[in-house]
Amino acid sequence: MAVSVKNLDSREFFFGHKACAGCGGSLAVRIALKVLGARAVAVLPAGCMSAVGFNFPQLAFSNNALITPFAATASVMTGIEAGLRRRGEIAHVVGFAGDGGTADIGLQALSGAIDRGDNLIYICYDNEAYMNTGIQKSGLTPFGARTTTTPITGSVRRKKDMLAIVAANGAEYAASASVGYLDDYVTKIEKAAAKPGFKYIHVIAPCPTGWGIKTNETIEIAREAVDVGLWRLREYENGQWLENCAPSRPEDLVKHLTRQGRFSALDTDKLEETKNV
Amino acid sequence: MRSFISGNDAVAAAVRLAAPEVISAYPITPQTTVIERLAEYVESGGLDAEYIHVESEHSAMSAAMGASLAGVRTFTATSSQGLLYMAELLPYAAGGRFPIVMMNANRSLALPWNIYGDQRDSLSQLDCGWIQAYAENAQEALDMTLMAYYIAENERVRVPFMVNLDGFHLTHTYEVVEIPSQKQADEFLPRFETENKIDFDRPKNFGFSAGPDWNAQFHREHHEAMLRSTQVIAEAEDKFARIFGRKYSGALDAYRCDDAEYILVTLGCVSGICRQVTDALREEGVRAGVLRIRYMRPFALDEIRAILAPARASAVLEKDISFGNAGTVFTNVGAAAMNVIGGLGGADISREHVRSIFVRLKNGENGVIWL
Ligand SMILES: Cc1ncc(C[n+]2csc(CCOP(=O)(O)OP(=O)(O)O)c2C)c(N)n1
Ligand code: SF4
Ligand SMILES: [Mg+2]
Repeated sequence: MAVSVKNLDSREFFFGHKACAGCGGSLAVRIALKVLGARAVAVLPAGCMSAVGFNFPQLAFSNNALITPFAATASVMTGIEAGLRRRGEIAHVVGFAGDGGTADIGLQALSGAIDRGDNLIYICYDNEAYMNTGIQKSGLTPFGARTTTTPITGSVRRKKDMLAIVAANGAEYAASASVGYLDDYVTKIEKAAAKPGFKYIHVIAPCPTGWGIKTNETIEIAREAVDVGLWRLREYENGQWLENCAPSRPEDLVKHLTRQGRFSALDTDKLEETKNV
Repeated sequence: MRSFISGNDAVAAAVRLAAPEVISAYPITPQTTVIERLAEYVESGGLDAEYIHVESEHSAMSAAMGASLAGVRTFTATSSQGLLYMAELLPYAAGGRFPIVMMNANRSLALPWNIYGDQRDSLSQLDCGWIQAYAENAQEALDMTLMAYYIAENERVRVPFMVNLDGFHLTHTYEVVEIPSQKQADEFLPRFETENKIDFDRPKNFGFSAGPDWNAQFHREHHEAMLRSTQVIAEAEDKFARIFGRKYSGALDAYRCDDAEYILVTLGCVSGICRQVTDALREEGVRAGVLRIRYMRPFALDEIRAILAPARASAVLEKDISFGNAGTVFTNVGAAAMNVIGGLGGADISREHVRSIFVRLKNGENGVIWL
């Protein structure tokens, strides 16, 4: 039976951690592990999820898990996968790296693992800034978003298109997802888990602390990002692109942005401009 | 079997005998022929291992850590810029107590660019928590690599091991080397067993954070393991001697030091000519001696000082400089009067140079001297 949020494993694999209330990233990790189960090995680089999850002696993963150096998610995963294969162990080696850990410092190791076609599931939880170090701009911070290193004007660059980068490197499967649409997210994880080779899932995961939203707005904002067309749900499979859904209410884009404190630097002109970037 | 091979070939031969299950490596001169040989072994079926073609040294060490965490024996090799490129991973692998064995071809560091041998690369990483050993010749490189697995993987140690070979002078010099049989190697080297691995029956969290309350405890345990390794090195060498008939001498290799008035402390393959000069000086009535350091970590401080104490004067000759201070071997030894900096960027160290060091020692000179 296909997984859905209704029949997810009732066991918890990531709990008792110190993430802020309403953290989208911790939801992405928790749900993914429910799909992948007890034989998943969770690999997390430096970033919020490792910072909140591994404070000895308070260790928050009930499956095998480790923190890697910031740039080393994919390469440590490769070594684990090779070693477990030698031991004859069947397992899912799954990475959970932030946007900075994926699109910036970890991009080289990620490219290497894709190039080798290693049998891995790499999940980028994208909160659109370096949150763990205090909300600095990353390569996935969107146009106009204020961070502590783009404090006045907001980011002047658009997000890197990680899905296109991953596909161009030769991934078996790449998909975008949102913690606002969990059914879609878990379906994509299940699909990835069934395929050999390198699989990549990029899940938008709002961070109330860094985005200037209320802690109970995470899911709504994550859905809205998809609905207004800012975050497209796509899949890349067998060399083909598939658009999962069309934006249902593109007219609400500006409303979506103005709800978030981080976009307060955008004046009316700039808000119009975001429609093009 | 006796073969005429290079230092790098000797390391590759030892690695084949140790049979790591995962090899991850990235090329850099003068390490390249080690990883080329290993790739040949793997592709031709002579070594049953996963060979991971990583895109950098950072990933080479990361993948080695991952494989070690999965519970299998690993190998990697690097040099110079590559060692520094993986520098972030060195304390990580050591703190995680992953018994990775790595060969480092000692090479100069840029800038200025230079591919030849000095020891600034590994000596800059002394504090990263690895065992560091330095071979003098190809036979020792082979033997040390085999013993590295024994020592690193021993449950009382569980610390990664860096086998250093002088770039070109040792990595690319051909010598007659006795290559042990697989049967002998298997008799020497136990299977790799560890609790510090992914376990689906008893899942664990690894590589965690430890705040001020716990931090020192982990480091202290690591330090004590490093100290215990001295005993394990001795055990490894005893067992090695029983099986292979070659006996090594632990952290130090003292030559004619017992009654020496002037002792030269060395590291790596320059020691050979130092011993020749010592013999010549002895014939001339000068009581010279050579103390070769085999292990920089663990460091045999007390033994070194005990050997140097009766001498009139001693000098440390090294291919290293810690800018603004002195050579790192010299500051570690602490008890020598003179520090001779030579061989940087592959510069020749001749018998005349070595003789001149003893002359200066006799003349009562001291301090840092550049050859
Ligand atoms: C080599 C290195 N550089 C910098 C850091 C500091 N650092 C730790 S986490 C982090 C930010 C992580 O950002 P991201 O990957 O987006 O994850 P998030 O914290 O947002 O979840 C940074 C810069 C580090 N740990 N290692
Ligand atoms: S700062 Fe943001 S990403 Fe980090 S734990 Fe808090 S909510 Fe989650
Ligand atoms: Mg982030």
